[in-house]
Amino acid sequence: MHAADGDIRDAYRDYSAWLTDQSIDRLRQKHEQADLLFRRLGITFTVYGEDEGGERLIPFDVIPRILSADEWSILERGAIQRVDALNAFLHDIYHDQEIIRAGVVPAELVMTNEAFQPQMLGLDMPKQVYAHVSGVDAVRVDDKTFYVLEDNVRTPSGVSYMLENRETMMRLFPDLFAQSVVAPVDRYPEYLLRSLQAVAPAGVDDPTVVLMTPGQYNSAYFEHAFLAMEMGIELVEGRDLFVDSGSIFMRTTEGPKRVDVIYRRVDDGFLDPLAYNPDSALGVPGILSVVRSGRVTVCNAMGTGVADDKAMYVYVPDMIRFYLGEEPVLQNVPTYSCRKPDDLKYVLDHISELVVKEVHGSGGYGMLVGPKATKAQCDEFKKLLKAEPENYIAQPTLALSTCPTLVEEGIAPRHVDLRPYVLSGEKTRVMPGGLTRVALKAGSLVVNSSQGGGTKDTWVLEAPAEISETD
Amino acid sequence: MLSSTADNLFWMARYMERSENTARLLTGLYHMSLLPARRGAQAGLWEGLFQSEDEREAFLAKYDGFRTDPVLTYMVLDRDNPSSIRSCVWSARENVRATRHVLTTDMWETINSTWLDIAHVTYGDMLDMGHHDFLEWIKVRSHLFRGVAHGTMRRGDAFEFWRMGVFIERAENTIRLLAARAHTFKPSGPAQRADTATLDYYQWGTLLRSVNAYKAYREIYKSQIDLRRVVELLTLNPEIPRSVMACVEEIYEILEGLRPRSRSFEHANDLLTRLQSARIDRIYRTGMSRFLEDYRSGLHELSLQIQKDFLMIQ
Repeated sequence: MHAADGDIRDAYRDYSAWLTDQSIDRLRQKHEQADLLFRRLGITFTVYGEDEGGERLIPFDVIPRILSADEWSILERGAIQRVDALNAFLHDIYHDQEIIRAGVVPAELVMTNEAFQPQMLGLDMPKQVYAHVSGVDAVRVDDKTFYVLEDNVRTPSGVSYMLENRETMMRLFPDLFAQSVVAPVDRYPEYLLRSLQAVAPAGVDDPTVVLMTPGQYNSAYFEHAFLAMEMGIELVEGRDLFVDSGSIFMRTTEGPKRVDVIYRRVDDGFLDPLAYNPDSALGVPGILSVVRSGRVTVCNAMGTGVADDKAMYVYVPDMIRFYLGEEPVLQNVPTYSCRKPDDLKYVLDHISELVVKEVHGSGGYGMLVGPKATKAQCDEFKKLLKAEPENYIAQPTLALSTCPTLVEEGIAPRHVDLRPYVLSGEKTRVMPGGLTRVALKAGSLVVNSSQGGGTKDTWVLEAPAEISETD
Repeated sequence: MLSSTADNLFWMARYMERSENTARLLTGLYHMSLLPARRGAQAGLWEGLFQSEDEREAFLAKYDGFRTDPVLTYMVLDRDNPSSIRSCVWSARENVRATRHVLTTDMWETINSTWLDIAHVTYGDMLDMGHHDFLEWIKVRSHLFRGVAHGTMRRGDAFEFWRMGVFIERAENTIRLLAARAHTFKPSGPAQRADTATLDYYQWGTLLRSVNAYKAYREIYKSQIDLRRVVELLTLNPEIPRSVMACVEEIYEILEGLRPRSRSFEHANDLLTRLQSARIDRIYRTGMSRFLEDYRSGLHELSLQIQKDFLMIQ
């Protein structure tokens, strides 16, 4: 909330004045109301291995994270630039692989990547878009600099929290929204549907779009149902779909109906039991052949994961220069690839100052936060690093920005990151906002919900000129 | 709409309706158990709820006898009993959860808050609240859900599949309610002993009240309660919303609108004709239990046929 010189940031000025007038008790009361709302609405995620009680709320903080129009414009430009480059990269590696031939990205990093899908080679995606929905996780380190922590171009989730957090804040604090010019995010489902319709197979006029979910016991099921409802499309599971004479159909009460675009929230490996995991009950046997013949568009495309793992992350600024001929707007966190001997040596020597992560890990597991670790833990990780250096990267710990947060002691600063959502297909656009995740433990940098993180509403204050935007 | 979605809607409706009907049935039995005449014969009363050997065994595996407390615990709150009210609300809620994208937010909130309220109720809580009030609360929640569905759902296939579930379940439950008393179906007449007559009066009065048909009976027959007329009212009278006739008429119309050239519709047509041509005296002569049993299996076959025609997901 505070700038480097200790002053309150412009974006927070009005809100801060309002907050000063609020009693902690009132905020706590609002906090409880929010919990109740979320529970009634069923905005929960499922905890595996529990029975009917296995639904949890992600802690929601009633104090918003606020960005000024200027700050947002940097993030917006940067996120669009990044996703455009990633889409160009995906098209390239599944076609001519110029970036490999130019020596910018090492071939083995692509070809031996577990997420690389040889079946996608030579296949033309409508509009050359592979990642239709992306999440770019970013943190601010100083007034003008945002670092990207990671790109998410497989099946990024959490966008329902962006929408429901806003909805909840408007129910709890209608007075605040009357005062501030907060950019709306509620058109996300509409833009998402437009993006999906725009990438229908050639020759299809009024495409049938469906959302494919692993089912109601998936941890993100609420979000799948929510988005399907908001877009007014069918929410299907693998068992609802079948392949017949080269097309995909869904079983309806009026008989089979052809499906043109599948927004899938099922991982690559479960999509087609014939091609991948034969035990998968979530997929549709034979769907891959239909994808290959171009008679259905699967979003995000299969094989996008090759662009967003932590080893490829290092090369994203080079991709931006290579494909777009531009300098990156958002910075990468300086990253040491332990597969390089020099970097490995540096990491081993400075492990107590660094965050070490597994290349393919996610969710905050399998990582070491050097400054917080004991000597024994550091030594343990050194062994792992020496055994399989290519499995790890390391980054310095960042002076992450903090945001006031309601905690037990009252209002205190907590570290935050931000995932703006980027849509591609029609044109690349970002909703003004995103999912702010907050580390609720004092001093902690880990924001994952599985590790005690919470969420906040994210406000982007509109510049006066943008209010009249009408596309 | 997706067959699997229609299937969820159909079962959501059935489970919610079943929770209400179970509450009605239990209210009736509970009131009867409080009657002086039933003292000492209570075991037979609660035992009548368990119509098959499997149901009896499932109950006796966990509880020691057919008394008020264990039976109500089992029928209302037991999470191992798939037909307990709690389980029905849970199943209804899970079916709503799976289809909430085609339902209104209000419907989801109604069913979800009902579930959240009942999830942690103990038998002690039920005693505190009083059996009557608690069961009444279940009924009211079901009324609320139905009202919200009626007041907010778009008129389309989803609405029709929901209604179909409601009426099939309701018809089956009304038959079950009558069949549970089948053993007491014997001629009532002047030869009857006075205390049995009183008992009949309370029994059938309670039964009528449990389906909100007591006043209707008085208005229509203007006479003392007679079991033949009770059966006539609850099976053949289209004006009583919980009568089998009223339900089958609705089912017939729904199927006519959805797909008149289906086996389901033929089946419904057949069931409706059977009721329309039935006369209570003839039913009485050939045996009410047999009539009810035949009709119940007819409804069951219709339900299976609907699943085949519309809901199969293979």
